[in-house]
Amino acid sequence: MSGVEITRRKFLVGSTTAVGGLALGISFTGQKVEALPNVTDGALQPNAWLQIRPDNKIVFQLDKTEMGQGVIASMPAILAEELEVDPRDMVVELAPVHGDFQDPMQMTGGSSSTRTRWDVLRETGAKARTMLIAAAAAKWEVPLDQCVAREGRIHLTGSDRSATYGELANDAAKLPIPKEVSFKNPADYRYVGKPLRRVDSIAKSTGTAEFGLDVRVPDALTAVVLRNPHFGGPIDSFDTTEAEEMPGVTNILQISAGIAVVADTYWHARKAADKVTVAWNKGPLEHVSSDWIRSTWEEQAKQEGKSVRSDGEGMQGLDLAADVTTAVYEVPYLAHATMEPMNTTARVTPDSIEVWSPNQGPQIVQSLVADALDVPLDQVTVYSTLMGGGFGRRGIPDYAVDPVEISKALGQPVKVVWSREDDMRHDYYRPATYNLLKAGVDDRGKVQTWTHRIVAPSIMATLIPTMSVMAPQWMPDWLTTLLVRGAGSLMKTRDASSHEGAGDHPYQIDNIEVEHVYFDPGIPLGFWRSVGHSQNAFVIESFIDELAYKAKEDPYEFRRRLLAGNDRLLTVLNLAAEKAAWGTVKDGISEGIAIHESFGSVVAEVAEVSVDNNKIKVERVVCVVDCGLAVNPDIVKAQMESGIVFGLTAALKGEININEGSVVESNFHDYKMLRMNESPKIEVYIIPHDDKPTGVGEPGTPPIAPAVANAVYAATGQRIRRLPLRLS
Amino acid sequence: MTHFLLNGEPVDIDVEEDTPLLWVLRDNIGLTGTKFGCGIGLCGACSVHLDGETVRSCQTPVGDVSGKQVTTIEGLTREDLHPVQQAWVEGNVPQCGYCQSGQIMSAAALLAENPDPSDADIDLAMSGNICRCGTYGRIRSAIHRAAELMSEQTDVVQHFDPDDPLVRRVS
Repeated sequence: MSGVEITRRKFLVGSTTAVGGLALGISFTGQKVEALPNVTDGALQPNAWLQIRPDNKIVFQLDKTEMGQGVIASMPAILAEELEVDPRDMVVELAPVHGDFQDPMQMTGGSSSTRTRWDVLRETGAKARTMLIAAAAAKWEVPLDQCVAREGRIHLTGSDRSATYGELANDAAKLPIPKEVSFKNPADYRYVGKPLRRVDSIAKSTGTAEFGLDVRVPDALTAVVLRNPHFGGPIDSFDTTEAEEMPGVTNILQISAGIAVVADTYWHARKAADKVTVAWNKGPLEHVSSDWIRSTWEEQAKQEGKSVRSDGEGMQGLDLAADVTTAVYEVPYLAHATMEPMNTTARVTPDSIEVWSPNQGPQIVQSLVADALDVPLDQVTVYSTLMGGGFGRRGIPDYAVDPVEISKALGQPVKVVWSREDDMRHDYYRPATYNLLKAGVDDRGKVQTWTHRIVAPSIMATLIPTMSVMAPQWMPDWLTTLLVRGAGSLMKTRDASSHEGAGDHPYQIDNIEVEHVYFDPGIPLGFWRSVGHSQNAFVIESFIDELAYKAKEDPYEFRRRLLAGNDRLLTVLNLAAEKAAWGTVKDGISEGIAIHESFGSVVAEVAEVSVDNNKIKVERVVCVVDCGLAVNPDIVKAQMESGIVFGLTAALKGEININEGSVVESNFHDYKMLRMNESPKIEVYIIPHDDKPTGVGEPGTPPIAPAVANAVYAATGQRIRRLPLRLS
Repeated sequence: MTHFLLNGEPVDIDVEEDTPLLWVLRDNIGLTGTKFGCGIGLCGACSVHLDGETVRSCQTPVGDVSGKQVTTIEGLTREDLHPVQQAWVEGNVPQCGYCQSGQIMSAAALLAENPDPSDADIDLAMSGNICRCGTYGRIRSAIHRAAELMSEQTDVVQHFDPDDPLVRRVS
């Protein structure tokens, strides 16, 4: 079998849940079989993930992009475990777009990386190991069972004889890829399940890690883009006379996104941009403000929505209830505010298009760029860089198109850099939602009925029109338009991200009705760490807490009762209560509890809060997570800490306001971040498992807002039903 | 023409004097370890040392550093990792890593002045540096660990490898 044939074989790739359901079912078939990344003569390269070179360099292609969540450490470890090599001895490269990595789309989100790569990476490692053993056995003319793989070498048992993987790679590459392989016993794991240090820590502690903003392409100019702050609004007129005279300016041109000011350096571009005078048209959303939204959705909540869950008597169940508790919960729009503002560098020549972009979807970058320039996909090469945070923002890489347009116009490489203000005012925001809840609790504390009407837009409905460029190139335009239009209107009421975590809450109640009223003010929407769970956990876990008090029961015990029989959730909840010593807090401290399942994992958090002069301070958070097998327990811990701080920032401070169809906030003075002095002590406990891994990047976020809100209620008697949490 | 010492080396730079030091470092000199985060001195990602004090380089006109000593994250690392960097690596502090240059510069300046800071000292010195990944708890522990390393004057420091494969170079 030739090397080429081997490279065409694909291992089974598990299905994925992409960011909040981004997997649209639009397939990417019709793409030709590509060469593997960095093909080297004599290398063993069973698929696009792994390459063992004759010089003994073992290269791992990281197909999921690294934004801080740690796939750069955890994914290589999974493969290395079965390959029998120290993962820290492998070279990790940030992968190009490749067919092997598409399932159905090459992107990073939905806390899906480790869980969807678990099978294929183990298989890849085990198959390569099996082939190396077979190559050694053939070379030494000994039976297979006398050859053992360990630490990057095949050893001949009972002798000093051994060979490195590199020495065997060429021979192994000529063997057929085995169909069946045996996997290691988890008890023998040396890397998986161990808190290995991150391989990127040194680069990230010395300033040498290269983020998108650090990419330097020779002769590249720097551009800033002036965008209409009013969403969807065109430009009425602009004058660049003064700006053109500014030092360092080379060009000022209009592009799809706005007015691009190009100069030799960022500062020259930015200073010149300040001298451009523009009359922005207020556009189609001039009437949209935060106040307008709040008064409108109150009206919207009076109508029936599309049912997303109906158990028992549903809404009629309310008639059975003697005493009905009603509550309205609201959450605001939120920006991602990654530390590294959006940016991309592009070099467009008549022969090639190269894009260096920090992104969560290299294939989306490729599609958007190919569409913008009207060229075939394979003309666009995407180099993914490390990201200074992602949190879902970089799954919609609109920012990759600007430098491509400018570079094409100028015939020179261009880096586009967004200011913090650009970044905050041109985000794809976590949706603002309105929630009307009613529940009937009888005099024995039994919750008879639960109804929840969610007034919310749909992330997918707003995104699908821009996603039309993702359709396969063989599909005629009219068909794409038709499908996208159809899918878009379908999504308005069927987008799970609007009600995930609310429609499927785990509490045992006989009569449940959950409805979604579609209401979209038109503000751009995107995937924000934990997506629908980020708001729905706050709503569900706060209202459950209200009902506990209504039933005159301890909030922890009340949850236990309503979760009876759900062993997985109870295990997590009980351990959280135990580790937090629930019920025994110091003077001046109050506690709140919440539990939520998302991305296949269950997380419970207990927040200990003090309140002084109406100021909420979170002192301590105890977090328990069941995430299946923890591939790297220290990274799991880090992701829980990270998710908690991210969610706490939003719970205490996060609010994007709208005025005349534009975002009011602009930088960290009015969109504030949690800082060191406000950061609680966080303890994380992981439920041990030998099973497969489940999601880790996002599940830490949803429970923190309700845990804190519940503690604030315990402290003050004020039930805050609107985020961010503010005491009056 | 502005003249200053950058990581111990003399630098002459011919740009408008109101140009922020951040962009001189990144765009004119090509030292990209110092990061751009907000441009208004509120996030700390651009922190460097000016005559040993932490400053926000996005708010420091290059004209103001004339005749002074500037140290960036690149200057903190010589042959070996600085104890603060060592503690950062040991504690698996960085996640996305983007803010960490600034965090490390603030922490190194704190420890130079206060070799054994309390949690309250750390909160005070570090609350100008935002981390969106929420590594605050680990930063706090790592500063205590760095203080320990500095008091031990240990020479067991991890060697810095400039050929770290994670550094993707553009050719």
